[in-house]
Amino acid sequence: MTRILPVLTILLAILVFWYAAAVWMNAPWQNTLNNRAGLENVPFTSFAQQTWAQDKPVLPAPHQVVGEIWNATMGLEFTSRRSLAYHGWITLSATLMGFAFGTALGVGLAVAIIHNDASDRSLMPWIIASQTIPILAVAPMVVVGLGAVGLTGLVPKALISMYLSFFPVVVGMVKGLRSPENIQLDLMRTYDASSWQVFWKLRWPAAMPFLFASMKVGIAISLIGAVVAELSNAAGGGLGVRLLTGSYNGQTIQIWAALFIAAGLAAVLVAIVGSAERVVNRRMGVRA
Amino acid sequence: MTAVVSAEHLGLTFPTGDGDIVALSDVNLTIEKGDFVSFIGPSGCGKTTFLRTIADLEQPTSGTLTINGMSAEQAREARAYGYVFQAPALYPWRTIEKNVALPLEIMGYSQAQQAERIARTLELVNLSGFEKKYPWQLSGGMQQRASIARALAFDADLLLMDEPFGALDEIVRDHLNSELLKLWDRTQKTICFVTHSIPEAVYLSTKIVVMSPRPGRVTDIIESSLPRERPLDIRETPEFLEIAARVRDGLRAGHSYDGDLV
Repeated sequence: MTRILPVLTILLAILVFWYAAAVWMNAPWQNTLNNRAGLENVPFTSFAQQTWAQDKPVLPAPHQVVGEIWNATMGLEFTSRRSLAYHGWITLSATLMGFAFGTALGVGLAVAIIHNDASDRSLMPWIIASQTIPILAVAPMVVVGLGAVGLTGLVPKALISMYLSFFPVVVGMVKGLRSPENIQLDLMRTYDASSWQVFWKLRWPAAMPFLFASMKVGIAISLIGAVVAELSNAAGGGLGVRLLTGSYNGQTIQIWAALFIAAGLAAVLVAIVGSAERVVNRRMGVRA
Repeated sequence: MTAVVSAEHLGLTFPTGDGDIVALSDVNLTIEKGDFVSFIGPSGCGKTTFLRTIADLEQPTSGTLTINGMSAEQAREARAYGYVFQAPALYPWRTIEKNVALPLEIMGYSQAQQAERIARTLELVNLSGFEKKYPWQLSGGMQQRASIARALAFDADLLLMDEPFGALDEIVRDHLNSELLKLWDRTQKTICFVTHSIPEAVYLSTKIVVMSPRPGRVTDIIESSLPRERPLDIRETPEFLEIAARVRDGLRAGHSYDGDLV
């Protein structure tokens, strides 16, 4: 109870603030509507309810967003072009594929970097430079470019996700694979262990905490990568497309619903990585 | 008697930005099979460096060094020694038995041999029953005993120990010292033991090598006349105190060489 109470308090505060903000932000348009309809001296309670029930509000009320999410997931066939579950799945599959690619690439680069001084010096500047380019500029080039050579659908989007998610994995794993102390490495040398054995019996297990920390960041930005990539290919579907069409048509409720689905997906994905981490920690005897 | 370790005119110089640091100079030493040799001296006297040179963790810059008639590198590749570091250096993600199994896995022992050796060496260091515990669940003294078990698990006749009990309190240290003597007696291994404690060196050793800093050199080699069987109260006997006094003299002589102690 002592843990639930603060959480509920904050949640309640956010809802109160949100409803209040909705009244305030939707009021000008509601006044216009009421003036056109010849309504005067609308009591505040009725007026507030009006602002929470507009078709295209500046700020939709929470229950409107929740209703839209419900209708667009449970209320529609999964295959419907308007189903958020369908679009969510498209984004999720690109996210997962990109995350898998990104993690593999990140780990691979980290292994190359720690085993070879030359690759450390030659790769690291490019890896850092890659992240200074705005993804919003790169995504259309990659999606359109690959589309021109006939590669469309999941893979181009997954590549954008990979482009973002490999970076925290490289940085984290270089640090993690270098985390064993000298004394632990010396021990391996006294056994005349091969570098393969040093890697699997020492460096890899020592890097686990770093890997999971990196993957939590990686999977969240992987989702962002997928959404940004979708903006460049409206025909492909996905939450990014719902955001785009929503903003073209002023469908703010649709935008907010898609945003919430994306945020919820990211939270679930990070939580899944977190539980995988706990399973691994338990197997590695980490002090609870 | 065959020499397990033989050093002739051994020198080691570390080049640094501030000029060269002489860690060892003209060290001559022979260690026979079954010896318990202690290296004692103040910090920076090169005792750890000498041990690491035997282990091929440092390369000498002059002189010759042979271990069982081989070069240090060949001896390391032949897994001729077990090394116990100042810290236990247990891998935290492995249980105690898996830590002891580490060298056995690397050296390719079969599962059955591993199980047999784990049981035998843990029994030797009085850690039977702690196989499934993780290092953090054990006290510092127990962790260091586990690291000794790990060094004993494979068939190295030479045990190199670098201040293994330096971080432990006096009571645990006394206990582990007498355990180590029993273990030495039972296993017939050759032990090289680095310490900066005079009583520890005298209590444990058949041979005490006194070293002095800058440059690291051997100032005295004392053959102990104490019997192999050593109860803890041997430390009050006149014979023990006499050897301790000679070690202390050796250390002082090493210091006055620097001119900073008259």
